[in-house]
Amino acid sequence: MNALLAAQGIDPWIAFCSLVTVVITVGMGFWTAGKSKSAGDFFVAGRSVSVGWNASAISGEYLSAASFMGVAGMVMATGYDALWYPVCYACGYLFLLLFIAGPLRRFGAYTIPDFAEGRYDSPMFRKIAVCFVLFIGFFYTMPQMKGAGTTLAYIFPGLPYWAGVVVVGAVITLNVSLGGMKGITLVQAFQYWLKVFAITLPIFVLAAVVGHYQQHLAVNKTAQESTVTAVPGIERKALPAKAPKDEAWIAPFGKLTTKAVDASIAAASTPEEKSALEANKKPYSLLYTYSLIIALVCGTAGLPHILVRFYTNPDGVAAKRTTMWVMILIGVFYVFPPVYGVIGRSLTPELYDAVGAKGTDKVVLELPTLLAGRDHPLLGSVLSGITCAGAFAAFMSTFSGLLVSMSSALAHDIYGRMLKPDASPEQRLKAFKWAALIVGIVAVGLGSQVEALEINFMVGQAFAIAAASYFPLLFMSVWWRGMTMKGAATGMLVGGLSALAAITLTSVSDVAVAKAKKFTDAAELAAYWADHPLAKGIADYWVAHPLARILCEQPAVWAVPLSILLMIFVSKATAATVPADIRMKMLVLHAPEALGLKQEYIKEHEGLGGH
Amino acid sequence: MSESSPTPEAIHSDAFLARLMRDQLKLSIACALCFAVALVALPLLNYYQPAFMAQRVFGFTLTWLILGVLFFPFVWIISYVFIKRSIALEDAEAKAAQDGLTK
Repeated sequence: MNALLAAQGIDPWIAFCSLVTVVITVGMGFWTAGKSKSAGDFFVAGRSVSVGWNASAISGEYLSAASFMGVAGMVMATGYDALWYPVCYACGYLFLLLFIAGPLRRFGAYTIPDFAEGRYDSPMFRKIAVCFVLFIGFFYTMPQMKGAGTTLAYIFPGLPYWAGVVVVGAVITLNVSLGGMKGITLVQAFQYWLKVFAITLPIFVLAAVVGHYQQHLAVNKTAQESTVTAVPGIERKALPAKAPKDEAWIAPFGKLTTKAVDASIAAASTPEEKSALEANKKPYSLLYTYSLIIALVCGTAGLPHILVRFYTNPDGVAAKRTTMWVMILIGVFYVFPPVYGVIGRSLTPELYDAVGAKGTDKVVLELPTLLAGRDHPLLGSVLSGITCAGAFAAFMSTFSGLLVSMSSALAHDIYGRMLKPDASPEQRLKAFKWAALIVGIVAVGLGSQVEALEINFMVGQAFAIAAASYFPLLFMSVWWRGMTMKGAATGMLVGGLSALAAITLTSVSDVAVAKAKKFTDAAELAAYWADHPLAKGIADYWVAHPLARILCEQPAVWAVPLSILLMIFVSKATAATVPADIRMKMLVLHAPEALGLKQEYIKEHEGLGGH
Repeated sequence: MSESSPTPEAIHSDAFLARLMRDQLKLSIACALCFAVALVALPLLNYYQPAFMAQRVFGFTLTWLILGVLFFPFVWIISYVFIKRSIALEDAEAKAAQDGLTK
């Protein structure tokens, strides 16, 4: 068996660890499926999950392929600027904690669309809110699918990227349609601990053999240092031409934030143009950094698959405690992925030359195998197997969570509320299963198209859309009693859709440019661009207007204020339509539970509270 | 938590709601400001003081050490302080509302 696997380039340990993860995940899904009887169990796990379990489950759901593989890959590819991703992924929870977690739980709705309808007494607004669950959800599933395709292509070298996407998509869809929310709570809590184990153990062993985090950073020369510092025991492979230089990599305002201006400089025809662009490089880079920070911090507070988890807390105080523990659990995790990126830059620089599923996104999987070349062949395979298991846990848990929230939106909001309000609980459960199947198929279809895009970059875009739509909605609805439905809907729609449009423009041209790079023959390249005039037009426009490119790639800096301002202006203009019982709604959001105002938005008589 | 519930008149007044929201929002904004100052300041320091931020500390550059390692415990401290104070605030509000009844 081993010989057979080896003949196909498959490491038996890696295959074994990955298989065990999948079997445990699916097994737990089946096991808990028997316990998930009611709709309440399916949608919010019976609102009975303890702080420890819930914090582990939220962390397990949140630490996606972007966190596990993408952050390391991006730090390796672009350096310091990529550190903003893990930091803001973790610290964004602070905004959620400070402004949203407690009130949202007190309000007692199942989902964001429930909240939207309950806060504004408007079924119409529910429909708009549901659309954004799907928009953000699908944007977020694409990078998870890329993680799945990349990992399976790594384990089974002959397997095409799309096959990995299909296999993982099918397994998780089956799992979710069996267990619902209660099924995945347990699975995700388990997967958090698996991911922490899988990211820490290999890097501790690796650092003991090949050198520590700071030692590998020390061998990268800063602009202020005249020579490279030699660190005893740290060896470094030569960097390929494609890799960023040390000075740009280790310092802020590097490749990630300057690539739009760099592309324009490369295309500039006169020295004057070049120097004008050079002068703008650093200010634009600062703008990019701030926009990225806003997107990630505000976006965390607006992710539907995370927000839905706050309804599984017993009360508002538990929701706050859970959020604090989540910040600690994920903060501990996020210290480690950049370590892989830093050590990977020293020891696996060949990844800079590869693209798609073979590029820097797989540094977490690749790095432990270096031990094999240092007289620890078995250890290298076992540790690489462990990181593969972690990667599986990462994209499986996040995809499961997204699938639950999107399927809930379809089954609970669209089917149960709009299409067939008198549906029985059994019919709703059946609808949930069908919805999971539909969402799973669409996600696999989308995921198979994005091999060329970086995992972490795609997740950042989902955050930007959430930041410009749900975050302003929740923040303003919770804290401003003067908000009207029209104000909320206008702000959310215009902010969210303009961010979505801006991001889609950059992604469409980036995918086309990545495909164009594969052509070596000039005639073929010209023919390719002739077939894609729109993408060519957008790509050329970016080169001519780097600032526009930055503002479209990172739209949060204008889309979030736009959304909030629209909410204020339109609400002021339609002040007569503030819900009549606004004081009661605000009391329910803000008064401590001890005052006995708590109410569940979803009532027993609607057939959903059978727990 | 108290067993008895206050009457609607005590807690359904505009003054009670306004005070409730103001106190909670004040605490949230104070904590958010600590966080926001750090988020705004770090890129600015990188921008205007690149040499200072690039100095080596234990092999890291100063800015890498702050962002890659120290930022996490900083945010945990803010969240811990917030949780403590916010729960104390809720208890005090609940108690004040109850006391208002017995007067």
